Amino acid sequence: MSGVLLSAKGLRLAFGGVKAADGIDLDVMEGEFLAIIGPNGAGKTTFINMSTGYLKPQGGEISFAGERILGLSPRAIVRKGVGRSFQLPQLFTEHTVLENAALAVASREGFFSALTPLLRPRWREEAMELLERFGLTGIAHTRADALNEGARKLADIAMAVALKPRLLLMDEPTSGVAASEKMAIVERLATVLRDARVTAVFVEHDMEVVGRFADRVAVWSQGRIAALGTPDHILNDPDVRREVIGIETGGSHAAA
Amino acid sequence: MIAKHEAVLAALLVAAVLAAAAVSPWLIFILTIATAKGIAVLGILLLLRAGQVSFGHALFVAFSAYTVAFLAPVLNDVALLLPLGALAAMALGLVVGAFVVRYREIFFGMLNLALSMVFYSLLEKLYTITHGTDGIRVSLPRFFGMALERHAYEWAVLVTALVLAVACAVFARIYLASPMGQGLSAIKTREARLEFMGVSARLVLLSAYVISALMAGMAGAIIAMTSRHVTPHLGYWTASGELVFIAILGGAGGVIGPFLGAIAFELVRVYAAASFADAWQLILGTTLLLVIMFARGGLWGLVLKLTGRRA
Repeated sequence: MSGVLLSAKGLRLAFGGVKAADGIDLDVMEGEFLAIIGPNGAGKTTFINMSTGYLKPQGGEISFAGERILGLSPRAIVRKGVGRSFQLPQLFTEHTVLENAALAVASREGFFSALTPLLRPRWREEAMELLERFGLTGIAHTRADALNEGARKLADIAMAVALKPRLLLMDEPTSGVAASEKMAIVERLATVLRDARVTAVFVEHDMEVVGRFADRVAVWSQGRIAALGTPDHILNDPDVRREVIGIETGGSHAAA
Repeated sequence: MIAKHEAVLAALLVAAVLAAAAVSPWLIFILTIATAKGIAVLGILLLLRAGQVSFGHALFVAFSAYTVAFLAPVLNDVALLLPLGALAAMALGLVVGAFVVRYREIFFGMLNLALSMVFYSLLEKLYTITHGTDGIRVSLPRFFGMALERHAYEWAVLVTALVLAVACAVFARIYLASPMGQGLSAIKTREARLEFMGVSARLVLLSAYVISALMAGMAGAIIAMTSRHVTPHLGYWTASGELVFIAILGGAGGVIGPFLGAIAFELVRVYAAASFADAWQLILGTTLLLVIMFARGGLWGLVLKLTGRRA
């Protein structure tokens, strides 16, 4: 790990009387996998939405690679190297998985530049290579609306990775995925991201996933960061276990 | 394979139009107007790919037609009037499009309708400039420097319209296969994702809108040079509705659909009006109803079905 890649200082945002961000201070270090855990409504997705320009905080600062990104549009932030995936996969449902990936590849280099076919050899090859890394070549020609949840999640993340981000923010990458395939998917995902040297921040409810893949864990509670540290430290903290994980003693379990 | 299939069908359609015009010269006028409307509907099809329906594209048809009517006294040649009319409509499309692409669905459709009706009212009310509902007559233009007699001129305009139709269909096919064209369906299904890919959905839609205005402009110029009389009715809301009607009738699944729809529409209208003077709208309405109920892919979908192909 090297320097700070994403830095949030004093982020504040309230929806009516509900404080979704109440003075968030967080530095994401380049190269790390940072997990965000916490109960529903704690403001985890809000943090991702603020960092990607979808929501504008009412106070505070956000910078990426030393450059202020607060107030920029999602488009501008993506172009600076911040990608995201979604809790509900945002695939183009009239397109195949390959076309979805190719659109993402094309968007990176010259979406508007030429009237060349979307599946021209160079874009097609890069899209297929990407799908291969994610283990999706078998469903490359399947329409996105015919996929199961696990495949939809991976395809959604693959589209974000196609943009070659330096930082990828993932909102619950394993939610809705069958327990039997969850660890395999995360394993593949972690390999792809580490190979591509992508820094990752992911919101996660499964503590087994967090314990296995996160370098650091941030605990969100009522719009604040209640605790921040290594998985060993955080997941064995009695307060975190009681308030977030929902158990008093014993090993780590998936939260509801 | 579908591209080859489309090319063969397009060639057959062009041959059929030329043969019909040769056998029945009175059809030249109708087939030229139908081909022009097919070009305008091709532009509507681009917007339909993004899930947006414009109920005001007659604005661009009328704008181009009046541009031709105003310029004809000084630049009376098809080679000048046609591109100038089309480019004027494209420029207007850029201005109007910059505003309307901020809206979606019913708001998009109604804003287009409202703007076209504003233009229609101006054409009707500014009598000293536009001659109101009397319209403006267009004298017989020269054709690339040649002064043709009327019948030869009508043939020349029909062939020009067909050449433009083929060029526009080929362009639309290439455009729809490109990321820009594919981005239109992306707008329909997951517009937010486009933004998070660093792509401006508005710019994608604006590009299609400007192209559609250019195509409507080509249609308007051809109509003005064929009918040689432009009236505000060209921009009336029913004229815009007609374009959407043809788009549904022809089918939005392929670039030939608009031309099949336009030819069928004009022929049904002419024959129905001749045979059942008071009931031609009923016949057209029933035709559309049957297409919607039994052939959702329109006439193009039927052709694909009959020839055993899939869109």
